[in-house]
Order: sequence, then C-alpha cells, then structure tokens
Amino acid sequence: MAAIEPPTPASRPIGDRVVETTCYMCACRCGIKVHLADGRIRYIEGNREHPVNRGVLCAKGSAGIMQHYSPARLSRPLRRIGPRGSGEFREISWGEALDTACTWLGDIRRTDPRRLAFFTGRDQSQALTGWWASQFGTPNYAAHGGFCSVNMAAAGMYTIGGSFWEFGEPDWDHTKYFLLFGVAEDHDSNPLKIGLGKLKARGAKIVSVNPVRTGYSAIADEWLGIRPGTDGLFVMALAQELLRAGKVDAEYLATYTNAPWLVIRNPDGPDDGLFARDEQGKPLVLDRHGGRALPLDPSVSPALAGECRLADGRIAVPAFALMVARCLEPCYSVDNAAAATGISAATIRRIAAELAAAAFDAPVVIEQPWTDVAGRRHERMVGRGVSMHAMRGISAHSNGFHTCRALHLLQMLLGAIETPGGFRIRPPFPQPIPPRTRPSGRTDQIGPDRPLAGTPLGYPASPEDLLVDADGTPRRIDKAFSWEAPFAAHGMFHMVIHNAWKGDPYRVDTLLMFMANAAWNTSMNTAGTMAMLTDRDPGSQEYRIPHIIYSDAYYSEMVAYADLVLPDTTYLERWDCISLLDRPISNADGAADAIRQPVLAPDRDVRPFQDVLIELGARLGLPGLIGEDGSPRYPGLYADYLVNHERRPGVGLLAGWRGADGQRSGTGGPNASQLDAYVENGCFWRAEIPLAGRYFKHINRDYQQWAVAMGFLERTEAMALQLYSEPLQRFRLAAQGHGKVQAPEAHRERVAAYFDPLPLWYPPFEETPDSPGDFPLHAITQRPMAMYHSWGSQNAWLRQIHGENRLYIHHATAAKLGIVDDDWVHVSSRHGAITVQVRLMDGVNPDTVWTWNAIAKRRGAWNIAPDAGETQRAFLINHLIDELLPAKAGGYRYSNSDPVTGQAAWYDLRVKLEKAAVGMSVCTPQFARVKLPPDMPERPSVLRYGAEFRAEAEKTP
Amino acid sequence: MHPALSVILFTTASGAGYGMLFWLGTFSITNTLPSDRFFAPVSLALALAAISGGLISSTFHLGHPERAWRAISQWRSSWLSREGLVALATYVPAGLFGIGLVVFHRSDGFWAACGGLAAVGAFSSVVCTAYIYRSLKPVQRWANAWVVPNYLALAAMTGGLWLTALAATFGIGRPAIGWLAVILVLPAAVLKLGYWRYIDRTTSTSTAETATGLGSIGAVTMLDPPHTSDNYLLKEMGFRVARRHASRLRRISFVTAFVLPVLLIVGGLYVGGTSLIILSLIAAPLSTFGVLIERWLFFAEAKHTVMLYYGAARA
Amino acid sequence: MTDLPTNSAAKKLGLVIDLDTCVGCHACAVHCKEWNSGGVAAPLTDIAPYDADPDGVWFNRVHSYEAGRGAAGRTVHFPRSCHHCETPACVTVCPTGASYKRAEDGIVLVNEDLCIGCKLCSWACPYGAREYDYDSGVMKKCTMCIDRIYNDAFAVEDRVPACVATCPVGARHFGDLGDPDSDVSKLVEARGGYAPMPELDYKPVNRYLPPRPRPAQATDTALVPAEPDTPGILGWIDRMLSR
Ligand SMILES: Nc1nc2c(c(=O)[nH]1)N[C@H]1C(S)=C(S)[C@@H](COP(=O)(O)OP(=O)(O)OC[C@H]3O[C@@H](n4cnc5c(=O)[nH]c(N)nc54)[C@H](O)[C@@H]3O)O[C@H]1N2
Ligand SMILES: Nc1nc2c(c(=O)[nH]1)N[C@H]1C(S)=C(S)[C@@H](COP(=O)(O)OP(=O)(O)OC[C@H]3O[C@@H](n4cnc5c(=O)[nH]c(N)nc54)[C@H](O)[C@@H]3O)O[C@H]1N2
Ligand code: SF4
Ligand code: SF4
Ligand code: SF4
Ligand code: SF4
Ligand code: SF4
Ligand SMILES: [Mo]
Repeated sequence: MAAIEPPTPASRPIGDRVVETTCYMCACRCGIKVHLADGRIRYIEGNREHPVNRGVLCAKGSAGIMQHYSPARLSRPLRRIGPRGSGEFREISWGEALDTACTWLGDIRRTDPRRLAFFTGRDQSQALTGWWASQFGTPNYAAHGGFCSVNMAAAGMYTIGGSFWEFGEPDWDHTKYFLLFGVAEDHDSNPLKIGLGKLKARGAKIVSVNPVRTGYSAIADEWLGIRPGTDGLFVMALAQELLRAGKVDAEYLATYTNAPWLVIRNPDGPDDGLFARDEQGKPLVLDRHGGRALPLDPSVSPALAGECRLADGRIAVPAFALMVARCLEPCYSVDNAAAATGISAATIRRIAAELAAAAFDAPVVIEQPWTDVAGRRHERMVGRGVSMHAMRGISAHSNGFHTCRALHLLQMLLGAIETPGGFRIRPPFPQPIPPRTRPSGRTDQIGPDRPLAGTPLGYPASPEDLLVDADGTPRRIDKAFSWEAPFAAHGMFHMVIHNAWKGDPYRVDTLLMFMANAAWNTSMNTAGTMAMLTDRDPGSQEYRIPHIIYSDAYYSEMVAYADLVLPDTTYLERWDCISLLDRPISNADGAADAIRQPVLAPDRDVRPFQDVLIELGARLGLPGLIGEDGSPRYPGLYADYLVNHERRPGVGLLAGWRGADGQRSGTGGPNASQLDAYVENGCFWRAEIPLAGRYFKHINRDYQQWAVAMGFLERTEAMALQLYSEPLQRFRLAAQGHGKVQAPEAHRERVAAYFDPLPLWYPPFEETPDSPGDFPLHAITQRPMAMYHSWGSQNAWLRQIHGENRLYIHHATAAKLGIVDDDWVHVSSRHGAITVQVRLMDGVNPDTVWTWNAIAKRRGAWNIAPDAGETQRAFLINHLIDELLPAKAGGYRYSNSDPVTGQAAWYDLRVKLEKAAVGMSVCTPQFARVKLPPDMPERPSVLRYGAEFRAEAEKTP
Repeated sequence: MHPALSVILFTTASGAGYGMLFWLGTFSITNTLPSDRFFAPVSLALALAAISGGLISSTFHLGHPERAWRAISQWRSSWLSREGLVALATYVPAGLFGIGLVVFHRSDGFWAACGGLAAVGAFSSVVCTAYIYRSLKPVQRWANAWVVPNYLALAAMTGGLWLTALAATFGIGRPAIGWLAVILVLPAAVLKLGYWRYIDRTTSTSTAETATGLGSIGAVTMLDPPHTSDNYLLKEMGFRVARRHASRLRRISFVTAFVLPVLLIVGGLYVGGTSLIILSLIAAPLSTFGVLIERWLFFAEAKHTVMLYYGAARA
Repeated sequence: MTDLPTNSAAKKLGLVIDLDTCVGCHACAVHCKEWNSGGVAAPLTDIAPYDADPDGVWFNRVHSYEAGRGAAGRTVHFPRSCHHCETPACVTVCPTGASYKRAEDGIVLVNEDLCIGCKLCSWACPYGAREYDYDSGVMKKCTMCIDRIYNDAFAVEDRVPACVATCPVGARHFGDLGDPDSDVSKLVEARGGYAPMPELDYKPVNRYLPPRPRPAQATDTALVPAEPDTPGILGWIDRMLSR
C-alpha cells in the first residue's frame, strides 16, 4: 500500500501584506520586511536592499515575533502603591500619568532644572532625548555610552575624528590582514558577520585577540588568548617592533597625522608639551630642507626627526620623536609584554613581522584618482592591507582609553586609517579632532525656567570646558566632565543612582529613565543599587531619590522600582528614527539613516515614549516644543517632529528627501511627505559617497565637498590624525598648576598621570596594590549572539537557547582548585560573592573565567515562571562589581571607571573561586520575588504559534 | 533509551503470550497436547489475553492510537509494520485452534494444523518484535546478533513456565512440561548473560569524533548545547542508568527470571502434588517479573548515537 | 512511502555547511523556527514556553564543541539538521508510510496525516534530526523548506531554505549535490566536504566543510632591527621620507 505524498506547495504567498521597517531586537538596526497574515505576524525577514544587513537576519531579529507577542508586555500606565521594588501597582489613565509627571517636572523646572536626571539605555532616540533634556534645562542627561564603550568613542574622536564602535569599519573588500581585539558580537552584529564572511571567502588572515575562544575567535585563523587588560602592552610592543625595524609608513605619518607637528619642550613651563603655533594658531613643523620651523603647509615637507629652536628661543621637537621615545621605553619591550599578556615573545614578534609584510610588501592599490583639500591631485589610492577592529574587550577597562589610543597609533604607524585595505570611517565622520561641540552645564548655562545653553554632552578641549564649580565640584550628578572624568563624552550612567542616592555632588528630585534595566543587569553592584533605590531619609522617611519615572515596554526588573511607569509600545507599533545626529547606520561608502513605522496598532493602552516626551514637553512649555502662542509645536507628536523639527536651518533628524519638493539630501527645509518617501524606500535613506571620496576622508576634497553639501562638515579642511593629543596635555598642565582652570589638589596626581598626550599602558586599577585582597582570576562576560541583554529572556524562542549560564574555567585552572565539570563554586571579589555552576573548557586564558552576559532574571520579573532556569541556574557577575574604587588616602572613592573618560571598568573585575559543597542546585544571591502588575496576561503552557497560518494556507490549495 | 512502560509491558506480555501459543501449537501438531478439557482452552485464552493486552498497551505510546491500523501498511520495509501484520494474522489460526478446542473439543487434523500455524505466527511475531530493535543501527546495544535469540528464548521460557503452572493447576500428571520449562530457562539465561557480556565489552564504532567529523583535530568535547533545557531527543534517547544501579537490577532480574524459577519448578517436580502447583504458580509470574526488569534494562542500558552530539564520548 | 526511490541519478537537494566560517550565532536555527512556524510543518510547538525547562520543536540546532587541546585546540560551531540521507532508515522503519523520501529531489519528509507518532523513525535516525511534537502527536523534521524552494510566490533569489537565506556569514549553501557540476558539489570537492558517521552508511546528502587546518606557525619570524636607539630610528624613518 503506497502512501500519498502531499503535493509540494508550489505557489503560496507568505502573507497578505508586507510592511518594511527597521529591526529593534538589538541596536544594529537592520532592515526588515514584516509579513502579515490577517493581522498577525507570519514572518519577519531581512531586507535585501538594506545597507546594514543586506537581507540577513540574526537569531534575535528572527525571533521578533515572539518579542512582539511577549506576555511580559506592559499594557497600561502604572502608579506604584506598594513599597518600591515590590511590584505592587495600580493602573492609571494616561491623563493621570501625564499630570503626575508634569507636576513633578514642572516644580523642578521652576526651581532648579538640574534636579531632573534623565538617563536612557538601549535607546535610539538620543537625537530627541538629548535635545529634550537641554530644552528642559538640565545638564543631567546621558545615554548608555558611559558604561558601554565611551573609551572607544572618546579615544577615537580625540585621535582620528571617528572611532571603532560602529563609527567605522575595516575595508572588508581589500584588507589582507585583520586584527580583532575584544569583540564577541558588537553593535554592528550583522555587518561584522557579513564582513568576516567576506574575509573568509577571500582567505584574508583573521587574528582575534581575546581571552576566550568562541564566536568570532573560533573562526579566526589565529587566536591569541590574551590576559585581560593587557592589550595596551601587546599593541605598544608591536609598535616598538615595527619602529625598531623602520617598518612604518613615514609618508603617511608626515602627511596624514600630527607626527611632524612641533611640540614645545619647556619642562615645568605653562606651554610645555603644547604645539608650537604661529599667530594664526597654525601648528609649526620643521622644514626638512631649510631646517627652520614653518607653519604647517602643503608646500613645506616636514621632518619627523630633529630638534629646533623657535623664533622666540623655545626648543621644540616633532611629536613623532616623542612618540618614538615612548614606544621604545623598555616597559614596552616584547619580552615585557609577553610576560604580562601571556602571549609568547615569539608570537608577538611574528605578528609584528606579518603586519609589516601585509602592509608594506604589497600595497593595496585602487585605480581611482582623487584630490586632497590642498588641491593636489592623486592618480590612485594606495593603502595598506591591514585593518583592525576593537570593542568592549578594550574599552571596558580602566586603561581602555589609552589602549584604544595605542591601537590607533599602531594603525597610523602602518598607514592603515582611511586608506585602502585599512580602517574606514563612516559619514558623518570624520569630524574635526576633537569634534567642536562642548558640554554645557556651567552656572551661566543653567537656570530656572530656561533651556540649557547648548547640549549636555560634548568633547572638552581644555579645562575651561569642564563642568565644575570654581572649587572643582562637579556640576553634573554623574560627575561627568569633572576632574574625575574630564572626557566623559557620553556621561556616566553607572554613577547616577549612586550619586543621586548619596547626594554627591547634590540631591536630585526625579530620575527619569528610558529603556534601561538599571535595577538589574545595567548596573554594577546590582544588590547595592536596589538598596539605594529603596533607601529612605532617616528623618522624612521619604525615598532618598524622591521620584522615579520609567518607560519600558516590558516588565523588566527596573519597572518594580518606578513610582510612575510609562508603558511603551513594541518596536513594531511606533515611529522611530535612526538619525545621523545619533549613532548613524552609514557605512564607509555612504551615509544612511532610517525610520521605523508602525506595522501594527497597539492592542494595549500603551504609547510610544517619544510621543509622550513631546507631549510632556509641550505641557511643560519647553521652548522648542511650543509655538509662539504656547500651543503644542508638534501636535502630530514624534512623526510630526521627525519631519518638521530643524536642529539648524535645513538640518533635521532625517537627512533624506528634504526640501519642500523632497529632492534634497542631507540639508534642506522640511518636506511634508518625507515619511512617505522613507516608507516608499523601505524605511531607510542612503547617499553614496562619490568614488573619488571614499578614502583619505580626512584630507579628501572630493569627500569633504560632498560632506559639506550634506551638512556633515562646516568646511573642507585637513584634519590631521592626532597621534599626539594636545587636549590631553592641556589637562595635564592644569594638573601641574598651570592655566586659568586648575585641577584641585586632590585630583592633580591622577590627572597628571593619565592625561598623557601619548598612548601609554598601566595596569587596570583592580590589579594595583590599592585594590586589597587576593583575587587571582579575571572575570569577564561575553554577549551571547542569540540574546540581547535582559530583554531576550521573555522571548519564547531565544530563552530556549540561553535559559541558564555557567561560569567557564580553563581545565588547568579548575584542576588546581580541585574543581571538576558541573561543580558549583563560590565566586568572590573584593565587593561581593555569588554561587554558580561551572563548565570547564580549553579555549580560555587560564587566568580568566567568563560567562554569558545578562541571562539571569529576578524571580517574578518578565512574566516568566519564578522557578525558570533564568532565576535558578543563571547569574549576573554584576553583583561582584563595585561601582566605586577602594578609598584613596583621605577616604575619597573614585568611580570604578577609566580616569580619562569615566567609562565603566566592567572587565577589570578580579575574583577568587572556591568549590562549593555538593548538592547545590540554585545560584545565589536570590532576591525577593516581585509581584506581577495588574493585567499581565496568563503565560500559555503550550505555544502553537503559526498553526493558524498553516490551516489557512491548506484551505486554499 | 527511555524505557517506556507501555513498550516494556508489551514486549514482556506478548512475549509470554506468544511463548505459550507457540508451545500449545507445537503440542497440537506433535499430537502431545494434554487431552484435559480445561488446560488447553484456558492456556490459549491466557496466551491470547497476554498477547492482546500487550498489543493494546503498545498503542499507548503512540501519538495517534486511533490511526494504529495504518501501521500494517509498510510490511515491505518496516519490521514494526511486519510485527503488526503477523500479530494480526496469527489471530486467525490461533482463533480457529481455539474454536477447535472449545467448540469441537478437537485438536487433531485441520485443528492441529491451525495450532501449528499459530505456533509459526507466534514465533514470527517475536522475531519481528526483536528485529525492530535489531535493525536500529544508531543503537549499537540493539543492533547485534544477540537480540533476536534473546527475545525468542525469553518468550519460549516465560511461555513454558506459564504452561507448567497451568498444567500443574489442572493436575495434568505430565512432568514433561515442567522439565521442558526447566530446560528452556537454560538457553534463555545463557543468552541473556551472553548479551550482557557483549554490551559490556563492546562499544559502537560511532564516537563524538565520527559524529562531528572533527576527530582529525583532536578529541571532541561539548562546549555548549544548542539549548539549555532538555528537548525531545534528550528525553527519548538521553536516558541514563547508573552502572551500579544497572548491575544490581541485572542480578535481581537474573535471579527472579531464571534461578528461582528453575529451583521452584525442580523442587515442585520432586515433591510433586500440590506443591508443584503452588511453586509453579510462583515461578511463572516471578520469572515474568524478572523479564520485565530485563526489558527495562534492555532500554535503559541502550545508548543512541544522538547523545554523541550532546557530550557522550561513545554510544 | 517507505520504499526508497531507486533513481540514483535524480536530484539530491541538500545543505553544505562551512564549519570554518560558522560563528555559532544561531541565526539559522531561529530563522528556521520562524519560517517553519506557519509553514508546511507548523506549528513548531513550544511546551512550557515561559516556564522552567521550555521544550520546543526545532529543525536545526546549533552545537558548540572543542576539538583537541592546547595549541591544536579549536572551537567549532556545529549546526545540526536533517541530512536527507540517501538510505535513511528513518523512512524504511516507518510502519505507516508517513515518512518518505521524495523521488524527484531526495527530500525526506513526514506526512503528518499518516503519522501515528510511534517515534520509531527518530530512533532510527543517528543524527537526531527528527523532532516529535508532543502536542500534535506527530513527528516533524527539517522540510528543506519545500514551501520556499519551489514557491513561485517568491523572487527567484529567495527560493532557498530559510536557514541559508539568513546566515550572516554565508556559511550555509544550498543546491543539488547529485549534480557534480553544481556550485555546492564543486565547493564540497574543493574543501573536502564530509558527511558525519559514514560508518552507519545512511549516506547523508548534506555535507560539512571542515575547519581549515591552521598553518604551522614559524617560531622564528621576526623583523630585523634597522637601528639600535631612538635617534637612530628617528633618523632612519625620517630618511624614508626623502625616498
Ligand atoms: N547579540 C547581542 N549583541 C549585542 C549585545 C547583546 O547583548 N547581544 N549588546 C550590544 C551592546 S550594548 C554592546 S556594548 C556591544 C558590545 O559588543 P562587544 O564589544 O562584543 O562586547 P562584549 O560581548 O562585552 O565582548 C567583549 C569581548 O572582549 C573580550 N574581552 C574581555 N576583556 C578583554 C581584554 O582585556 N582584552 C581583549 N582583547 N578582549 C577582552 C571578551 O572575551 C568578549 O569576547 O554588543 C552589542 N550587541
Ligand atoms: N556584567 C556586565 N554587565 C553589563 C555589561 C557587561 O558587559 N557585563 N554591559 C553593559 C552595557 S555595554 C550595556 S549597553 C548595558 C545594557 O543594559 P541595558 O541598557 O539595561 O539593556 P537591556 O538589558 O537590554 O535593558 C533595556 C531595557 O529596555 C527595555 N526595552 C526593550 N525594548 C523596549 C522598547 O521598545 N521601549 C522601551 N521603553 N523599553 C524597551 C527592556 O525591557 C529592558 O528593560 O549592560 C551593561 N551591563
Ligand atoms: S542584528 Fe539582529 S537583532 Fe540586531 S537589528 Fe539586526 S537583525 Fe535585528
Ligand atoms: S547562521 Fe550561519 S554562522 Fe550562524 S550558526 Fe547558522 S551556520 Fe553558523
Ligand atoms: S538525517 Fe535522520 S531524519 Fe534525516 S534522512 Fe537521515 S536518517 Fe532520516
Ligand atoms: S513517528 Fe510517524 S513518521 Fe515516524 S515512524 Fe512513526 S509513523 Fe512513521
Ligand atoms: S532547510 Fe529549512 S527546515 Fe531545514 S534546517 Fe534549513 S531552514 Fe530549517
Ligand atoms: Mo553597550
């Protein structure tokens, strides 16, 4: 008896409607096509046309359906009735929600706007939120960058006018040798993977420097299992090797960087270490022929060596000379580096040789003439086939800023920035080095009922730009841009709750947070943070942080700590904007921005946070948000704002289809049908850089003319890469008692030490003697590719992949401690202790233990079962990380951050392990279970998603 | 492999049933069937009950028992299908044989032939059952020459022991059946020991290295499973039984299935009379119980190559 | 129908997975789950989706292994799905004919209307490619996305399996392994593609491309110092400018 084979479905449309928009299962911002079948999501696929993902989707993006229909979605505004952290809420109307917010915020604005601290996490609306904060008048605004990767951003912006992170990319199509430092996943999830695929296809060599051999490191042609925090040494040793052998691109250094600029040598003088300049402020260089100091000019050929006496008698040397001296310091010898990094001397030497060979034996040539800003035509584009990328493995250390600077230095020595085969910067970058925006928040920039004069965040170029009172007291609640963290370009989210609780430097009234799980995985010292959020004044019995307003779309751990909860929509239910004024989605060949459009109407009483923010602003009468007559300026809320708001005349959040007729790109007046044009085009806009402008952007006239037309640059100008950083030296001088604004005594030693104009390496703070106790192992985390921080665990599909996490240990290390596979261990740091289960492995640095990030969940949160794996057999190492460093003499405790940028030093963590008693089965610590707010849906016990689509399809053969 | 109760009950019960049917049929064609008017019919009824009970219980582990009938369609390639078919077919001669005994009180000529055919059917059914396992290459502890003889011998033995008990109960003064049972225990015991010895001393040629094809790099160990909680594969094929526990169960099963029954029957045969009745009535169920444990072990100790993907070094 | 197709000349559609490039991102697994939830084998039921020990049906599961130790050691990510074997016992053991191998392209499928959920096919599959749906009581498995690859409602370039379409690093390839001149066959040829557990003789159609062997690293490669000290080096590098 033969069975009937069912016919092959030969022609079956996926759904009845396709809507294009932008994914938000992570911050990579890929283009997606959402297929709908009678009002439900049948399928989400990548958009082939989209510049970011070219049609592919990652695991998270493919699980969007489960995120959209998650039972953890909030459904109504909530007002806390129980104590903070209990999860006891009552549902309120949006009217009551907005009235409450207005009352709190109105009082603040009328008295002291600084008493509002507005901080956001994974948000992609910083172009709006930052602007809103300044309209409100508070400098206390920042997004997540401060605990994320500001070290990369700042080191990049102060050095090359662009940066790693997603502000640049390797030249995937030409690079022959790719060095990857400390990356597990990165924001550029899909582009990085697509790029690695290209390298594999071309057989380019991939070297991954990473304590752990998983993911990208697993497919690398060579894996260097470095000891955490020592990359700076490794990189400087490579530089020393290259320099000793003269294997550097002198031409590039002389024309493209500030290597030839003359630096004044005037020990103890107020101008020591500053650049020698002429009256116009033009840097002087040493003329190779005349031997005299002349203003930098294309006509002079500058020397990299030598010393000269300036007209006024001062001695000056080319910055390059100082740089070489630094690199040749014995501490940066290969053997020293080998000892500290755990990478053998032979390997370091070989890598240096391979780099030199790749860079200099066969240059990458693109037959494409171009013209530089001085008007000189170049017949072809010649570059070095060496490229590098680095992220949080470098940045999440207290020495990350300088390590990243060292990386850029190495790239410069090889002539591998913005040259074919090297590291390429994405428009609107490069920007002047450092970018010209300065942070605002000085006394004269703040006042009751008035907007902030300027933007909260920026790039200080000299001590005058700091936000400190006369006595040096920080002006911002997070102490960003103070002597504690002068270059905190992204603010210091990780210090807000602590400082607000402590009232150091002052108390705030309201903490407004958006899309940040601050009571859990976002924060260091998680348990302590929860305690601070619930701590009350002994006297008044008021919470020390009086008001907390929070917008989340789901029932995250943070929600329970809010007094007022503003439920957001999911990413498929609202307008959103990925603006060039925020973190761009451009790539090195073109500028791009994008929007999200509502794919489905919310079936709950939720509202897009951006809409709420705009309405709040109008109600509060914030200048930019009301018209002359005081009526709301953007009655159409965010969609209206996106189209009609202009930051500068002709410049808005969206660069595409501008001008009344929608014909202009980059700049141009508002266009009423701009959003339609975006929707028409798959919800993104892209403008290609002319072929002649695709490399050498810092000095490429073809590029810069295009960039000026786009509104990215004010004018065409040579932007020399700052291998020697004068802003750093200015701060050092201020710490040595020079200049109008000087560092307070207490901070001088520290500022002087770390504001070195040249890259340097020093041990991460947790390794210094000031950090007490014997904690022999490094503990770090990695991003799981199939999980996004805390928000993937409510996802029925993703949580099956990462529903628990283990602590991974090297076999040898475990053996020494008598630990075997699947054992439970106590892990302790100078700050805390946790109990977890281990898994042994081979591909990890023996001095390092690690785990996947943010898998653990608090019982009751996210509407997952209280006994789920995420609560029982998963853990955060955040409990072990202190947001403060041990007390210095005098008792002051700096934040656990990079001393230059204030970047949270997550990966400095040091721990010790002890085998736990047998019979353990639950990770510790555990926290009281939070109650579910009213109206949370029942968790289905069986999920048959999609059955209906099949049934439908089979009805119609 | 996960020892599903329904399957264990099925193979044990139907094994015993087919064992009895086989002997009854054999007696009838060899003209050695006791002429007692109750013994044969009751034995046959019991045999068919055991068989049917087993078959029914086997449908309990189906996702769609109501479609069970479909299972006979693929006899050309599927041992499970063949088993179903043969099992059903066997009811025909067995039924006629029964009619002969009950209605016509005859077991000769045509009726004997039916008995003979029933015996053949019984034999074949057990062979098919055994081959379902024997033919599964991914389970090295099943895909070997010991399995079929084991199933046959155990069926013949349990069948024999039950017949002995019944014969004794109906006071048939024929020790031969008793001795037959005793003799049947020996090959069964030997084969079982042989099987255990075999699985203890051999492992599959498949390893984590062949399963992943990464052996040329070095020994393969699992770093992360695809999912952090158990799935169907692990629940169905990932069953593990501790060595110590298994060997204890083996001893219990060996003593209850083989040793005690032999002693009881032999004792009974010597003392004779009612003691044989009592002792054989203890021996048969006891042995069946032992086989039940043996069957549980047969599954519990079997390893599937799928586990090689989940951290097992060998299957 | 459980008789295996005899036409050996026919198409053999299959996947080729490059273990040298796979970063273990699970995109293929989740995208497979997403597409097939709602596809011909829908639903891919999830038991206890938000509770302890969730257990869902997946047609593609990505494992991570370490092979070897020390310098020779490698981490390898290993996606596992149906190999659409040429002599698949999963088909021949099936008592109902629900499990069948298509003559036209070699794809192995389950006809859920015939399946009695006896699970025998999953016992017969050495590769764990069969997924029992406890909820609907039938066996499910990789469909090779037959509702995509022949679907003329799709643009031609999209007529590939979901897992292939989405793999961000391009580690997954789809094609006719029966045709020696197809791209996939050539790829397999060039990279020494292999099938796992050949000893069981199921003759998988899918192929894995092994991780490329790492070249032995010379231990003595190093740059030759040009000058001993800072001034020397400076001079030397500066002189390079005039060249
Ligand atoms: N799938 C997924 N993608 C994400 C996220 C997510 O949660 N999930 N999060 C997004 C966010 S917010 C961010 S900030 C980015 C971060 O993306 P990544 O920069 O990849 O951040 P991590 O996952 O922290 O990876 C840090 C890597 O550096 C290594 N490492 C740690 N210390 C050192 C060191 O001292 N030296 C070197 N060389 N390596 C070191 C770790 O082993 C790890 O591989 O990812 C973004 N993308
Ligand atoms: N141990 C350790 N800790 C770390 C890190 C680490 O590497 N190791 N990494 C740090 C880094 S770099 C980062 S960026 C942080 C990330 O930490 P967070 O910035 O907190 O990121 P998530 O955990 O994703 O939390 C974001 C919140 O946004 C909510 N959300 C999701 N979608 C929406 C939406 O559409 N609207 C609204 N309003 N809310 C939404 C989620 O429910 C969640 O509560 O973690 C930091 N913490
Ligand atoms: S990387 Fe994945 S999750 Fe992130 S935007 Fe792209 S598809 Fe979505
Ligand atoms: S999508 Fe590609 S890279 Fe990711 S796991 Fe699957 S095969 Fe590997
Ligand atoms: S892999 Fe398993 S399920 Fe797929 S054809 Fe081969 S035996 Fe059958
Ligand atoms: S479970 Fe279904 S497909 Fe598998 S063997 Fe049984 S009937 Fe056939
Ligand atoms: S071919 Fe289709 S069904 Fe098979 S694994 Fe790939 S996506 Fe899943
Ligand atoms: Mo981040």
